Amino acid sequence: MILEVRELVVRYGQATALDGVSLEVGEGEMVALVGPNGAGKTTLLNTISGLIRPASGSIRTAGRVVQVPEGRQLFGDMTVEDNLRLGAWRVRDRNLSHIYELFPPLSEMRRRRAYTLSGGEQQMVAVGRALMGGPQLLAVDELSLGLAPLVVQNLAEHVVRLNRESGMAVLLVEQNARLALDICARAYVLEAGRLAMAGQSAELRRSPAVQAAYLGGAVGEGEAVRAPATSPRTAGGGEGGGTAP
Amino acid sequence: MSFFLGVVSSGVATGAAFALVATGFVVIHRVTRVVNFAQGVFSVVAGMLCAALLTLGLPHFLAEVVAILAAIAAGFGVGLVAIGRRGTPPLASLIITLGVGVLSYAVVILLWGDGPVSFSMLQGQVDVGGVTMLWQYVLIVAATAVTFGALMLFFNLTYVGKALTACYSNPHAARLVGIDVRRMGLLAFAIGGGLGGLAGVLLTPLQPVEFDSDVSIAINGFAAAIFGGLLRPGTALVGGLVLGVAEALVSGYSRYASLQSGVALVLILGIMVYQAGRRPEGAE
Ligand SMILES: Nc1ncnc2c1ncn2[C@@H]1O[C@H](COP(=O)(O)OP(=O)(O)O)[C@@H](O)[C@H]1O
Ligand SMILES: [Mg+2]
Repeated sequence: MILEVRELVVRYGQATALDGVSLEVGEGEMVALVGPNGAGKTTLLNTISGLIRPASGSIRTAGRVVQVPEGRQLFGDMTVEDNLRLGAWRVRDRNLSHIYELFPPLSEMRRRRAYTLSGGEQQMVAVGRALMGGPQLLAVDELSLGLAPLVVQNLAEHVVRLNRESGMAVLLVEQNARLALDICARAYVLEAGRLAMAGQSAELRRSPAVQAAYLGGAVGEGEAVRAPATSPRTAGGGEGGGTAP
Repeated sequence: MSFFLGVVSSGVATGAAFALVATGFVVIHRVTRVVNFAQGVFSVVAGMLCAALLTLGLPHFLAEVVAILAAIAAGFGVGLVAIGRRGTPPLASLIITLGVGVLSYAVVILLWGDGPVSFSMLQGQVDVGGVTMLWQYVLIVAATAVTFGALMLFFNLTYVGKALTACYSNPHAARLVGIDVRRMGLLAFAIGGGLGGLAGVLLTPLQPVEFDSDVSIAINGFAAAIFGGLLRPGTALVGGLVLGVAEALVSGYSRYASLQSGVALVLILGIMVYQAGRRPEGAE
């Protein structure tokens, strides 16, 4: 296991955001975490990233976990290159060439300030910045948030390829359950701070409850990626990420 | 004419020193969002310590360097109490820095007494294009120029400098990539201490310092700093120079030299009223 979360409880003051959540990600595995807005998905990732201290429970990691945060959270007034380089703060290697190979458009934008990029380009920077941290587990929070379907598809393909080619494990948090279940073998469903369901994506996709709540009724054949049903949240930086002057 | 130019040159020199203090405000505020009201203390401590060291027989330059190092340490110390505890809100930190400023009076008085302290300036003067400038003025301007150059290189070219900028740009993301935002804040406080200390050792020969001189030094530095919204060192430099020259002109040409200290306050009020009127559209 690269990540083992046991009976995690997280509170914001009096409010309980996570109530006994257990979850695992194996080496090289792609796991989805789906659930409605406010379920506690971001809280879980931030606790795994060490930004929030849990009230109880345990988190064990066997390797570096790096997060692609919700809303991208770029250093908006800094250049693309600076954003990527800062991703390597924990590690020694600041060579960016593999990121530019993965996302060729970024190499032409390296001198541009991050807030001037389109949403999809910003998400590439956010993923690239996380990759610079040399993750064994990439935790992506709302990859599809506010992006056009084609852009989401392209980004999702990149993440899948990274997983296949370098064996990097992925924990994909998504409100777009269809996308998440399509590209991840296993999934957890989080509702109001508790795990409602867990299992193989194929099984979950057949479950009437999941279909009703997250897939909008019947599963559309061949429709791999769908725009998120909810409008993008702007909390904590929103589109621009960071503080644009 | 030559009187005018003489007044301007003294204004440029003091203005440059104000700009150093202002940049201390800016660097600390950018990284930590704290307005450090103890900023003037660093100048007082450095000026007093430098004078004491010179009296003990330390040569110039060495005494100044030691005094600036002490100011850096003082900056770090103020940082520790102001932001050392995780999650201290910036407003609470601001109050703490105010408290530290007052506390410093006791320390300074115990160490060096409550009288004005000064030491000799660089002797002689030089003719710069028809204007005679004291060497001390030239020294202040040169030291400020070198310091600003070094700061620009540090913030724009070094990895740590960029990490400091990242803390300002997006503290949440800075934490995510593993930057210890609190440690960066302490570094900013140390830099702010050094800048205040440098201003202190440069200014003390021109204007003797007392234990409570930190207030006027901080007011001048703050006035220069809010030219750029407490965020831009370059604008703080311009602000410092404008303020220095304006104050020199007021004291040089009005019958009441003490009016000079009002200039900074009027400037602060003017800028704040102007910015308050502008805020709704361009949220910083
Ligand atoms: N910083 C915070 N302070 C207080 N409550 C919060 C904070 N962040 C999130 N919450 C609350 O915790 C719950 C879970 O939020 P979140 O983890 O953002 O959910 P999700 O990512 O699944 O949309 C929500 O009820 C939200 O209002
Ligand atoms: Mg979320």
